[in-house]
Amino acid sequence: MTRAAARSAVSGFWLLLMYVLTFIALVPLGLVLWFTVTRGLPPVSHLEFFTNPFHPIGVPGGGVSHALAGTAILVGLASLMAIPLGILGGVYLAEYGIARWAAWVRLASDVLVGTPSIAIGLFVYALIVLRMHRFSGIAGSIALAILMLPIVIRTTEGAVALIPNGLRESGLALGLPRWRVSLQLIVPAAAPGVITGALLAVARASGETAPLLFTTLGNNLFKVNPLSDQLQALPLTVYQYALQPYKDLQDQAWGAALVLVVLVLGINLASRWVLRRQIRLAGQL
Amino acid sequence: MAVAAKALPGKQSFNRPPDRFRTVAGVAASLAPAILLLITLTLLQQAAPAIRHFGIGFLVGTDWNPVTDSFGALPAIFGTVSSAFIALAIALPVGVAVAVVLAEQGQARLRGIIGTGVELLAAIPSVVYGIWALYVMAPWTFLHIELPISQHATTVGWLSLPSVRSLFSASLVLAVMILPTLVAISRDVIRAVPRGLKENAIALGATWWETTWKIILPAARNGIFGATILALGRALGETIAVTMVIGNRYEIPHSIFQPAYTLASVIANEFNESTGALYPAALVELGLVLILVTLVLNVGALLLVHSISRDSRLTA
Repeated sequence: MTRAAARSAVSGFWLLLMYVLTFIALVPLGLVLWFTVTRGLPPVSHLEFFTNPFHPIGVPGGGVSHALAGTAILVGLASLMAIPLGILGGVYLAEYGIARWAAWVRLASDVLVGTPSIAIGLFVYALIVLRMHRFSGIAGSIALAILMLPIVIRTTEGAVALIPNGLRESGLALGLPRWRVSLQLIVPAAAPGVITGALLAVARASGETAPLLFTTLGNNLFKVNPLSDQLQALPLTVYQYALQPYKDLQDQAWGAALVLVVLVLGINLASRWVLRRQIRLAGQL
Repeated sequence: MAVAAKALPGKQSFNRPPDRFRTVAGVAASLAPAILLLITLTLLQQAAPAIRHFGIGFLVGTDWNPVTDSFGALPAIFGTVSSAFIALAIALPVGVAVAVVLAEQGQARLRGIIGTGVELLAAIPSVVYGIWALYVMAPWTFLHIELPISQHATTVGWLSLPSVRSLFSASLVLAVMILPTLVAISRDVIRAVPRGLKENAIALGATWWETTWKIILPAARNGIFGATILALGRALGETIAVTMVIGNRYEIPHSIFQPAYTLASVIANEFNESTGALYPAALVELGLVLILVTLVLNVGALLLVHSISRDSRLTA
């Protein structure tokens, strides 16, 4: 074999290896999805799974309606807090991003995204639960909102920065004040990107368990008042039931995991679709 | 106002009232650093009883006994650090390979599928990895990896005494979970390597592998290092999946196939049941150790990654 042929054979070997490793990287995704679907489908295929709350062990027909309602309330409240504030913060970074303070905000947001979520749970426990003298849905929502905020800030900034300066200048030339230019021209123009960020944050919050452990704690009953009640959440259900020695509850944990995966991956795929539209639109501007 | 005028070329700043919108938006943005600071200070305050009582000895103590109020963090620190590093050792080669494949040109369709797959890997909730690892992965790796290895390597202490829930199982699931972080950032820094470098190498007759291994990866080295540190931070702080498979034994394990414990897992398991003054404070101090370590790692890695993308913008 000539030297050149040997070199190209070595190169081919490594290229193949890289593709094999890439394939290996995607194997766990397939396995997780496969087992979640096959083990989760039997419990999920009963309608009671969605309409009934927890039933004591041995009583058939138990479901996760309490967790579905709880997750909707927890994530809904967290979104109400985090999304408007996050959009404002993102607009600040994109529109006034040269300010020195903006660099610190960016760094802090990125660090906050990587902060262990269990520490956020401890923080909200000290801040809210200790003061209210009770675990509550609102404490869980605040913990989730802290998780969501930096995601919304950074994705909004990215989306707003894509909007060409001409749009800002036209607005200002018409005599619009700065806030109306930002909120009524720029943010709507960047809406798909902003929505993507909000959706990603919602997906992330829906799947988080650790920040809820010391804040909303969980509940076997169907409760809906976030101010006075502990609320159950889907990820909490998976976590608590999976560690029980009862087959019935373990099956329900798989069912809840399937619902959670469908929810989270559904939101993610939807946000990707929205983002692709944004990129196409930005190309037309 | 001078700054705002600079931010927006062509905008005149004469005779304008102070920009109240800017103030409001600035306050909203400042929530991020404020919360970060507040988390650290609150944990410091909550951990104060334990810090005062144990001093620096807390970090090297190996005892964890709520009955005698004797707490030391070393086994949890050991479990956290070792699980994270084993996970990195597994995930890093795979992650860089995926990043190299994704950063290549052409075959957009295939790359699109791989990229989507990796992003979905990042989207799957921790607790779903946990239940999968607990019921599917850990029993399988016990039978097909841990048992055979320990039977063949009977004289190697750190590969002995296999157990279903173990440091190794936790590391394996962590490796899967940090892979998307590694891939996403490595791909971006590899793409940020100036095209000219690659074209020069090819023009000189280098093969694909020689170009990748000797030109592109060295040029992207610092960025991949930053990605590694960020992934390390994620691995250190991961809670739920690890808690479900690491076995939760408060000891420094003699073998990677034995149960261990991590900082985050101890907190997750014990905080709601902790009573008295010292026990919860000791748990919060574990959280404080965790958050300080991840804070330092994240800030360092982010500054590194950001400085690289800024440099590449200058040279591109």
